[in-house]
Amino acid sequence: MVNSKHQWKAWIYLAPAIAVLLVFTVWPIFNTVRMAFLENYSGLEATNGATFSFGVGNFVKVLKYKRFISCLKNTMILCVLTVPISTILALLIAVGLNSIKPLQKILQTIFFLPYVTNSIAIGMVFAAMFNIVGAFYGTENELIVTAGIINNVIEFFGGTPVNWINYGSQYSANIAVMTVYIVWNALPFKILVLLGGLQSINKQYYDAARVDGSSRRRIFARITVPLLSPMLAYVVITGFIGGFKEYTSIVGIFGENMGPADDAGRLNTMVGFIYDSLSTNSQGRASAAALILFGIILVVTLLNLYVSKKKVHY
Amino acid sequence: MNDVKMETMSEKDMRRVAVRQAIVKGLVKFGVYAFLIIMALIVLFPFYWMINSSLKTLDEYRMSVPTFWPHKVMISNYASAYKTANLGKLFVNTVIVGVVSTILSLIITVLSAFAFARLEFKGKDMLFAGLLATMMIPGELFTITNYGTVTQLGWTNTYTVLIVPFLVSVFYIYLLRQNFLQIPNELYLAAKVDGTSDLKYLWRVMIPLALPTLISITILKMMGAWNSYIWPRLVANDAAHRLITNGLRNAFTETTGDVNYPVQMAAVALVSLPLFLVFVFLRKYIMQGVSRSGTKG
Repeated sequence: MVNSKHQWKAWIYLAPAIAVLLVFTVWPIFNTVRMAFLENYSGLEATNGATFSFGVGNFVKVLKYKRFISCLKNTMILCVLTVPISTILALLIAVGLNSIKPLQKILQTIFFLPYVTNSIAIGMVFAAMFNIVGAFYGTENELIVTAGIINNVIEFFGGTPVNWINYGSQYSANIAVMTVYIVWNALPFKILVLLGGLQSINKQYYDAARVDGSSRRRIFARITVPLLSPMLAYVVITGFIGGFKEYTSIVGIFGENMGPADDAGRLNTMVGFIYDSLSTNSQGRASAAALILFGIILVVTLLNLYVSKKKVHY
Repeated sequence: MNDVKMETMSEKDMRRVAVRQAIVKGLVKFGVYAFLIIMALIVLFPFYWMINSSLKTLDEYRMSVPTFWPHKVMISNYASAYKTANLGKLFVNTVIVGVVSTILSLIITVLSAFAFARLEFKGKDMLFAGLLATMMIPGELFTITNYGTVTQLGWTNTYTVLIVPFLVSVFYIYLLRQNFLQIPNELYLAAKVDGTSDLKYLWRVMIPLALPTLISITILKMMGAWNSYIWPRLVANDAAHRLITNGLRNAFTETTGDVNYPVQMAAVALVSLPLFLVFVFLRKYIMQGVSRSGTKG
């Protein structure tokens, strides 16, 4: 049975982990909540001996900030666009990969490739693809040296080039670029999980359906999707969590400006807002924003779990 | 019912049906391949464009009609990228932080996973559940306080600040504990009877059996150091300790407008290269670790 000598040993094994966790995980949970509820808390002033009164002012102020609302809006828009698009694309690709034999391995490898990349580095490549090189300021003496490969392709098919990310670009064009990049980045993980799920579905279900003469579409809707639903729920939930923490992919494309040259911060996100507050030593505001972010992630996760409990077939 | 229908069908009709089915099947197969190959090309295109651009002269890059392979291959772009971004120093910094934090992290993870999988102590289940619960919390919530903590400890602009706060990953402990639990307890009890110490047993039996998971953790941890951006920028943004991602973004701040793309793309390719090598040789382990984690880095 459990004796005290064993107990002692277990805690020694756990000691290094617990020491690090206490300082860098447990303490921050309490301290961040504390700072969020101290009015206008600033780390700099606190070290100078200032005291702060208790209250919910940080939350009120954060929610009234135009910049915070714009960050929240950007984050939401990117989530709502990228999660469904990447999930549907990943599902189609995974089902396709699962149905073929020749080339399956090589295609699977290619589709996983974007996972092993650096979001900042490849963001710079995407920026180069969408960027218009030249003195392009939307004025009459604008000079387009090269319109960028994406615009070249658009022109090749007879379209007009779009100012995607440069000075004077539209918000919708910026969001379109971000959506393309985030979906490109999100596909590998989703394909990996969904393909793994597909490969574990018992072949007998398909054989039975085929004997019954069910159509492909019916088999997909009645067998594949229900049996894959736990994996689908998983990639949707992790997709939303990742989406609400979007930040580096935007830095990759727009730089620390977080927006086109004429409108810095236009594409800032919740995480970006938290770091901006931190760098101005407004820890109270940053903490309140982080708790709001946590609350949103919690609600979205619970909502997803609730919906999937009804819909997911285990 | 089908049988009745079959009987009334002439042989010719049956053959026609069979041919039609074969055609539909062939078309579907063609459609699937076309879709997958087009998607694969879209996925690959940025990599191709990165390499293509990195080898051009600036004049060729700036031509209004793009070239799909450089007329004049400029390997020298890579040399200037290496110099411009001071990549050598950044590589060394990142490798130091990556290797040290991986080794320390592996030791801590193995010890805690062993305690949770094999040892009995009061409050074990509660402690484990508590640890798992912290995984729900977004990292930014910790960062706010940790930023203050490391400043007070005087750790800013050191390697320590890049290593210590992230030594313990609850997810890795969880992953390894699951793996340890699959090893039959009889093995442990037999070792106890033989008088083998816990540490020796851990080293001789459990670590070799859990090696694939440990390799996955190592790779993910190294990739984490390679790709980390936010924390290093916040606490160690001096030339002596700057990590690779941060250094890359710092060296090329211009993203839009008139940028010297060939050199920038050469730098991006150099930063991406080690990741590709890891991918080529250790793909199996990465995919194993990733499918269970859901996080990048």
